[in-house]
Amino acid sequence: MHDAVRPFTFRLYVAGQAPNSQRAIGNLTALCRRHLADCSCIEIVDVFENPKRALADGVLMTPYLVVAAEAPILAIAGDLTEPSAVLDALGIAPDAV
Amino acid sequence: MTTETLIKTPTGIRGFDALSGGGLPRGRATLLAGNAGSGKTVFALQTLINGARDGEPGIFVAFEENSRRILANAGKFDWQVASLEPGQLFFFDAQPNHDMILSGAFDLGGMLAMLQAKTEELCAKRIVFDAIDVILVLMRDAAQIRQELYRLHDWLLRRGLTALVTAKVYSHDWEDSTPKVLDFMQFMVDCSIVLGHELMDGTSQRTMRIVKYRGSGFEENEVPYLIGPGGIDVAYTSSLETDCPASHERVSSGVERLDTMLGGGYFRGASVLLTGAPGTAKTTLCGAFVEAACRRGEKSLFVSFDSRSDELIRNLSSVGVHLGGAVDCGLLRMASARGSSGSAEIHLMQITTMARAHGARCVVIDPLSALSKSGNRTTAHSVAERLVDWAKAEGITLVCTSLLDRAIPDSDGTPLQISTVADTWIHLSYVIQAGERNRGISIVKARGTGHSNQVRELLLSSAGVTLTDVYTAGGEVLMGAQRWARERAERLANAERSAAAAQRRLVLESQAAELEVRLRTLQREIAANVNERQTLSEAETERTTDIARAEAELRALRTADTPQKPDAGAACDA
Repeated sequence: MHDAVRPFTFRLYVAGQAPNSQRAIGNLTALCRRHLADCSCIEIVDVFENPKRALADGVLMTPYLVVAAEAPILAIAGDLTEPSAVLDALGIAPDAV
Repeated sequence: MTTETLIKTPTGIRGFDALSGGGLPRGRATLLAGNAGSGKTVFALQTLINGARDGEPGIFVAFEENSRRILANAGKFDWQVASLEPGQLFFFDAQPNHDMILSGAFDLGGMLAMLQAKTEELCAKRIVFDAIDVILVLMRDAAQIRQELYRLHDWLLRRGLTALVTAKVYSHDWEDSTPKVLDFMQFMVDCSIVLGHELMDGTSQRTMRIVKYRGSGFEENEVPYLIGPGGIDVAYTSSLETDCPASHERVSSGVERLDTMLGGGYFRGASVLLTGAPGTAKTTLCGAFVEAACRRGEKSLFVSFDSRSDELIRNLSSVGVHLGGAVDCGLLRMASARGSSGSAEIHLMQITTMARAHGARCVVIDPLSALSKSGNRTTAHSVAERLVDWAKAEGITLVCTSLLDRAIPDSDGTPLQISTVADTWIHLSYVIQAGERNRGISIVKARGTGHSNQVRELLLSSAGVTLTDVYTAGGEVLMGAQRWARERAERLANAERSAAAAQRRLVLESQAAELEVRLRTLQREIAANVNERQTLSEAETERTTDIARAEAELRALRTADTPQKPDAGAACDA
C-alpha cells in the first residue's frame, strides 16, 4: 500500500517560537512519519528570519503549509492538529496505513 | 493608556480634518466601519496617498480587492497617483487563498513579521488594513478573533503607525458575530468612524459620524459627505467665523430704485433670498443682478434648476436684461440642472466646484428650493445653510430664489427655512385688484442696513426693470391701472387747482388796482383840503393884523393914550 503514496515536498512557514508554529512542525513531522513513510521532504521557512520570501509567497497567517509542485497550489493554514483534513487534501485515505 | 499628548495626522480629506479637529490620531488605530459601497476604501486610499505626498510613506494591506484593481480605482480620481515618488506607497495583496484548507490554530504573526520588514524598509508612517472582516471570518471563534485583533493592535502601537482599519457592517441577518466583532474593535481603537449610505426616496445620501475619539473632542453629529472626482468630500464647516471679513462694500441689485430702498444695494458677500410665487419676476431680478455684476466686470455664475440657459437668456432679454454678451465674453457662466437629478449634497458640490473653477464673485441659484425635492427634504436645509456659509467664506455675493406659496412671508415660511440664514430677504408678490394682477416688491429684512419699509410696484418692460411708488388709499395698495387712474385724477385735480388760483390772482390784482386809484383820489382831496385850510388861516392872520394897525393909526390921530389894561372893552367905550 505504501507504494501508492507519492513523496511530497512540503514548505512550512512558521513564526519563530510561536507555540502553534512549533506544534505545526511536530504535527507535520509525525504525519509524514506515520502516513508517508519518511519519503517526504519538509522545508521550514521562519517568517521572522525571511520576511521577504514570505511576502513574495503571499503568506498571511502562520503556521502555513504549502504542498509544493501541486497544481493548483495546495495550502493548509493551522497547526495541523487535525491530520485527517491534511490527508484528505493530499488524497490519502487515513486507513491506507 | 499613556500620558503622551495626542497628536493628529491630517488626512487631507476635505472637511474631515475640520470635523475631527485635525485628522486621525497619530500612532494610533482608527476603525472605519460602513456598509458595502460606502467609500471605506476610498477614504483609506485617500488618506494614504495624501500622506505619501506629505512625506509619510504608507502601506496598504488589501484583504479584499487585489492591488491592481485598487490602483485602477485610484486612477479614476484626480489624485495623480502616478506622480508619486516610488517607494512612498506599498500595496500588499493579502487576499486569502480561497482554496486554502484550515486545520487547527493559526495566527497573523506571519503577516505582521512581513509588514514589520516592509515598514522598516519604507520608513512607513501610515498603514491601512482594508476589509479586515475578510480575514476575521476565517477564524474559528470570537476568542481567536479577539486575540488576533489584540495582536494586531499591539503591533501597531509598538510601531507607532497611524493605522486605518476598515470593516464592513453587514445587514443584520447575515452574520451574527460581526456586530460583536465591530463592538470589540470599537472598544479597542482610539478613534472610530462610521460611514453610512442610504437611499431616501430613491436619492443616494451618504453620512459620516465619528463615534468615538479617545482624548479629543469631536463633532458628534452625523454629517453628509459625498464621493466626487476629488475623492471623499465631507460637508462640514466648523464655525461661523469664516475666512472673509464682513464687507461694507455695496453691490448693485441691478435695479436702481431697489438699491435706494436697500440704502445702496446688497452688501458684498451677503446672501440674498428672493421669495415669491411663480411668475413674480424672481428670475428677472436675478438676471438684473448678474447683468450688473458683469457690467462691473465681475465673474458670475447663474445656476438654474428651472430652465435651460439659452431659454433663460432669451426670456430675460424680453425684459431688457441682456446676458448673452457676458456669456460670450466668458464673464458669466450659466449652468442648468434638474433638482431631482441628484442629492442636494451633489448639487452643492457641483455648484461650489463650478464657482471656484470660474472664479465667480456673484452667484445666483434659481431656485434654491429645487434642492429640497424628493429624497432631499431632510438634508436640504443643512445644504442651504452650508451654501450660505461657503459663499460667506469665499466673499461671494449669493442671490437665491425660493418659491413661497403663502402670500405673506412669515419667519420660517420658506421650504428650506433659509430665510433665517439669509442676510437680505426680498419678497415678491402678486396683488390682484380690480381684475388685474400686479407685482409688488418689499424688503422683509436687510441685516446691517437701513431699508425702506415701503411696498413698491415692480414694472417689467422691454427697457428693463423699474420700481414705482404705489398708492395707498383707505388702507389699500393701488397698483397697475388703478395706480394709473389715481395718478391721472391727481394730475387733473392739480391742473384745476392751479387754474382756479390764476383766476383768483387776476381778481385780486384788479381789486388792488382799483384801490390804488381810490387811494390817489383821496390823497389829492387831502392835499386840497390842507391847501384850503392854510389859505384860510393866512387870510385870518392878515385880517387881524390890519385891524390892529387901523386902531393904532386912529389912536394916533386922536392923540389918545394907550388904553388902560386890561379891559379892551373900556378902551372901546372911551
